Amino acid sequence: MNVAGNWRLQQQRYRLVGEECEKCGTLIFPPRDLCPECEAPAKMPYVFSGQGEVYSYSTIYSPPRGFEEFAPYTVALIRLKEGPMLTAQLTDVESDKVYIGMPVEMVTRKIQGGDEGNPIVYGYKFRPAHLG
Amino acid sequence: MLKPDRPVGIVGYGAYIPRYRLPATEVDRIWTNGQGGTPVREKAVAGPDEDVVTISIEAARNALARAGEVRPSLIRAVWVGSESHPYAVKPTSTIVAEAIGATPYTQAGDWEFACKAGTEAFQAALGFVGSGMARYALVVGADTAQARPGDDLEYTAGAGGAAYLLGPAEESLAVVEGSCSYVTDTPDFWRRAYQRYPSHGGRFTGQPAYFKHIVAAAQGLMAALDRQPSDYTYVVFHQPNVKFPQTVGKQLGFTSQQLAPGMLCNEIGNTYAGSSLLGLTAVLDVAAPGERVLLVSYGSGAGSDAISLLITGAITERQGRAPRTRDYIARRVEIDYATYVRYAGKLIM
Ligand SMILES: [Zn+2]
Repeated sequence: MNVAGNWRLQQQRYRLVGEECEKCGTLIFPPRDLCPECEAPAKMPYVFSGQGEVYSYSTIYSPPRGFEEFAPYTVALIRLKEGPMLTAQLTDVESDKVYIGMPVEMVTRKIQGGDEGNPIVYGYKFRPAHLG
Repeated sequence: MLKPDRPVGIVGYGAYIPRYRLPATEVDRIWTNGQGGTPVREKAVAGPDEDVVTISIEAARNALARAGEVRPSLIRAVWVGSESHPYAVKPTSTIVAEAIGATPYTQAGDWEFACKAGTEAFQAALGFVGSGMARYALVVGADTAQARPGDDLEYTAGAGGAAYLLGPAEESLAVVEGSCSYVTDTPDFWRRAYQRYPSHGGRFTGQPAYFKHIVAAAQGLMAALDRQPSDYTYVVFHQPNVKFPQTVGKQLGFTSQQLAPGMLCNEIGNTYAGSSLLGLTAVLDVAAPGERVLLVSYGSGAGSDAISLLITGAITERQGRAPRTRDYIARRVEIDYATYVRYAGKLIM
C-alpha cells in the first residue's frame, strides 16, 4: 500500500477506532460509514477495548513480499469482545501455543519494517492476554 | 534546584519490557569462548516487530491506565527521549501521540541526551505543567540499544522503556519535591552520524563520567532540600551494569536495601534512556504513601538529573491498574546469539 493509503488507516490501525451505529447501537470494525445491521449511516467513532479471542488461525511460513522479516508468524481471525471480527497477526507467542478460544489483547507493533527509503507501518497485532 | 511555583507530580506511570532475553553467557560463548566475565546475567531484546515507537506506546498506555480519568486530549506534550529513534528524520513522538489519542493539539518532540534523554524530558514537563501552560504532559524514556558485536557493551545493551504522565500535585501518586542537574562536556561515549554502533572511552566511562556526575547531582539536590540519604526509602540510579550503581550508592551513603527494589540491570541489561526510569516504575510498583524516592539518571556526554519524589496516598489504588514492571520481567523467553542477531537487525538481507 502507498504512503497516503497507510496514513488514512492510522486511526483504526493504531488504536482500533471503529464506529457505532447511532440508530441501532451496532459496533462496527473496520469503519465503513454504514451499519451492516440496519444500513443507517454510521459515523460516530468508537474506540474498541482491544480484548478478544482467537476464532481461527493459520501459521505463515512463506510470507508475501514485505513481511519476510516476521516469518514464521501466525495470522488469526479474532472476535473482539464487543462483537466484530477482524484479521490480525499474532505476536509474542509461539505458533504451537495458539488455540481456538485463546484470550488475546491488542498491541501496536510494526506491521511492515519498511525498506530503506519507505516509511515504517505501525498497526494492531494481538498477543496472549495478560502478558500470556 | 528546579522547583515549579505550582506543585507537580506523577499522575500515572507505565513500564514496558520486551519478552526476549539474551543471557550474557551467550555473548561470552561467541566472542571469548566462555573465558570472559559477564557484567549482567542477561538483557532484554526487542522482538522483530518492536522498536522505540512500539515500546513507548505500550508504556504510555500503561501510564494512562494508571492515571484513570485523564482525557488524552488534555495532554499538552508528548516527549520521547531515546538514542534509538527509528527514524533519523521524523519524530517518534507524533506516532506515540497519535496512538494514545493525544493529537492534534499538543506539543510533540523527540529528546536526545544519551541515557538521560528521558529524565531531561521529565524535567521539561515539570516546567511545562508547573507554569500552568499544560495540565498534563507525557514523557517517555525508551531505547533498543545497539552495540558493536563483540564489544563490552553487547553484554548489556538492552531494550525497554517507561512513561510518566505529569500533572497537578493534587492528582498525583508521587509529588516532585525538586530536581537538580549536573552537566559537563565529557566525551565518554558517542556515535557519529551514519555510524551504526557507538564508540566509548573504555575506562574513561567510570570515575570522570558516571560517578562524578551522579554524585554531584545527588549531593546538589539533597543539599538544596536539606535531606540525608536516610530520608529516602528508595534510591534509583542509571544502571549500565550491576557494579556501578552499587558502588555509587555506597559512595553517597545509601544502603543495598534502598537500592534493591529499583535494580533491574541484572535481569534486563542497560535500557539506556529507559534504565533509571524503569528502575523508578519498579519502585513505584511497591512504594507506600509517605515514602521518598531519589532518582539519579546519567547520560554520556555527560550529565546527571536528580529528582526527589514523595509518594502520596493515591498510589495504592493505581499500582494494580496496569501490568507491573516485574510482570514484564517475569514474561521471559530465552534466545540464543543467532536469534538475537536476527531480532536486533544485525543480519543484512
Ligand atoms: Zn444500525
